[in-house]
Amino acid sequence: MAEAEGIRVDIEAVKGVIEEKYNNDPENVIMILQDISARYNYLPEETLYVVCRELEIPISLVYSVATFYKAFSLEPRGKYIINICLGTACHVRGAEKIKETLEQRLNIHGGETTEDLKFTLDAVRCVGCCALGPVITVNQKAHGGLNRAKALKVVEKYEKAA
Amino acid sequence: MNKLQSEKDYESVRDQVKKERDPERLLVSICAGSGCGAYGTEEVREALEKEISKNGLKRKVEVKVTGCHGFCEQGPIMVIHPEGTFYPKVKPGDIPEIVAETIVNGKVIKSKLYKDPVSKKRIAKEEDIPFYKGQHRIVFGNNGMIDPTKIDDYIAVDGYSALVKVLFSMSSEEVISAIKESGLRGRGGGGFPTGIKWETCRKAHGDIRYVMCNADEGDPGAYMDRSLLEGNPHSVLEGMIIGAYAIGSHDGFIYVRNEYPLAVKNIGIAIKQAEEYGLLGKNILGSGFDFTVKISRGGGAFICGESTALMRSLEGQVGRPRAKYIHTVDKGYRDSPSTLNNVETWANVPIIINKGAEWYASLGTERSKGTKVFSLVGKVRNTGLVEVPMGASLRTIIFDIGGGIPKKRKFKAVQTGGPSGGCIPEDLLDLPVDYQRLAEVGSIMGSGGMIVMDQDTCMVDVARYFLEFLQEESCGQCVPCREGIKRLLEILTDICAGNGREGDMELLEELSGTVSKLSLCALGGTAPNPVLSTIRYFRKEYEAHIYDKKCPSGVCKELFYYEIDEKKCNGCHICCLRCPQEAISGEKKKVHTIDQEKCIKCSICYESCKVDAVAIK
Repeated sequence: MAEAEGIRVDIEAVKGVIEEKYNNDPENVIMILQDISARYNYLPEETLYVVCRELEIPISLVYSVATFYKAFSLEPRGKYIINICLGTACHVRGAEKIKETLEQRLNIHGGETTEDLKFTLDAVRCVGCCALGPVITVNQKAHGGLNRAKALKVVEKYEKAA
Repeated sequence: MNKLQSEKDYESVRDQVKKERDPERLLVSICAGSGCGAYGTEEVREALEKEISKNGLKRKVEVKVTGCHGFCEQGPIMVIHPEGTFYPKVKPGDIPEIVAETIVNGKVIKSKLYKDPVSKKRIAKEEDIPFYKGQHRIVFGNNGMIDPTKIDDYIAVDGYSALVKVLFSMSSEEVISAIKESGLRGRGGGGFPTGIKWETCRKAHGDIRYVMCNADEGDPGAYMDRSLLEGNPHSVLEGMIIGAYAIGSHDGFIYVRNEYPLAVKNIGIAIKQAEEYGLLGKNILGSGFDFTVKISRGGGAFICGESTALMRSLEGQVGRPRAKYIHTVDKGYRDSPSTLNNVETWANVPIIINKGAEWYASLGTERSKGTKVFSLVGKVRNTGLVEVPMGASLRTIIFDIGGGIPKKRKFKAVQTGGPSGGCIPEDLLDLPVDYQRLAEVGSIMGSGGMIVMDQDTCMVDVARYFLEFLQEESCGQCVPCREGIKRLLEILTDICAGNGREGDMELLEELSGTVSKLSLCALGGTAPNPVLSTIRYFRKEYEAHIYDKKCPSGVCKELFYYEIDEKKCNGCHICCLRCPQEAISGEKKKVHTIDQEKCIKCSICYESCKVDAVAIK
């Protein structure tokens, strides 16, 4: 598992969250991983061991949860995570074309991250904004009613902000 | 706020809240559902509040930021009460005029009103717009009047009165029989009778029982649960508390998709406020009944909408379903009796208690009662959330309420039920929509996704799309589903790429039988539905792909090309300017041609031609 350069994991903070917010309850493992993921944009390897020790569950269970659910990544992800909605409504309105356009623009495939760690491109199955299709979300903010040109504009906006 | 200790306490708070509302006072309701939010509600609200205080109107006008109004296509939506003046697609720049004309002078600004795409007429009032007129909004109707972050708004529309009625004048058995008599069936897709589920759970062995709300809305193209949780979270909560009282449970969970941040936030606020009022927690309203609710955020797995997988996920495990010879109402979460209902099902419960089972059962068809919220999306003019009585026809929903197909295209099919459902063709448009009738034609009700498809949608590609989805989402533990779906997808991918062979359709049908009969859970059990229903109704499209190597809808890139029709082309030159590949040549006012070597079939010319001269060959 690759660690992103410059990312330092604050072990004590992770422990604090597990204890204070989730009472060291193993049933909360998914939400604990979500919180870690929200902070680092991925699950750094050492945090998985912290979770395993604090919750007193085997690392195999933590690993299986971390790899089963789509929300988690073991690889570092970009500052901006672009999710292209490939739900049915977006699909029939041409979501594939948006995907192609962004793949070309960022020069990465779905599921990959740009080398400068600015963008991760991912596909999701429905973000529940079906009336706006095709939709992408960038770090959970939805951008709807897209065509190729509009999709490129959205990316450019974040590029400037990065 | 002191906790409410009795029925009387509740009534006095409700009366107080109602008294404070001045029916004469102007109320500007702005939709901040996820749809309108993406179109810029926040900027509109800021501009409105600034303009209102600039004009010293703060006392005269109340601004309410509400949940989803349903007509998402027209967002951001603004409705000015008590007149009910409806302004669609409001921009911050429109605000000064709206405030000056409508709010101060009481005049309607005609140019900003909604224009009906069918009659081309401007319509002033929300209730007169065809999209709303054809609906019967008992579950969804309050969304436009409620700020979901304020419990008082819910109480002002008699919210929690059903809970009061249940706690102080009904026994658990009476609640269960009311739900049974109402005919309410699960709105998540299965359609199981809710009252029977509750009764079985109540009678099951065990000391601890759980109730859960399934808000892991995973069907692509369906978002009514999202909008209900965002827009009227207390109605879901009230339903759950009533259910818990009926079943004898003291612990509840809401399992909600983490992809729905606003829903997670609003239901969290609702729980906190209900606890502060004493409507949730220990000794609710002094009745002696205890019930708490926790939120559990899902990890983004479609399969976790399945009951046994959801309960495993709640336990902090990987969400793999188990065989259901032991039902979850007997042994579910932590091996205890558990009742899981969908968001919309819970939201129906207070309505049944308040208005009576008989009234509720008078809506709908013989075996499907009440209303259903559909998310009407895809190639349809009025996209949004539509609530109709069970038994309304597809034609009513798609053409009367939905306004038909945009851009003069032809209707081809409507897909219901998500990846477990099927595609219904044009000649079945008069089908009344209920659980039985949809099943008869090879689809299902599902959670209520209704995706309209037009002549530009390839039905083989749609089947491939759903199988691709299901292949990714299969948990992988049982062979028929894991391997079977993969093989089905391979065959469909081949057909779409022009490598279809004779006998492929028969092979698809045979394999579909195996997958559906032998899979462990409903994901595999229903996975072949998109394939079988498209073969059944759109056989010709399959044949065109397999034998003629043609995609008549112009979707499968290997199987068609674009050509400019000499007779239709007027040489307007637009396609030439827009083509990203510079594949189109021709002088202005003369017939253009496409260089097939350069063309990447991006469809830009096809979509931009005003005289339909670009043809699919």
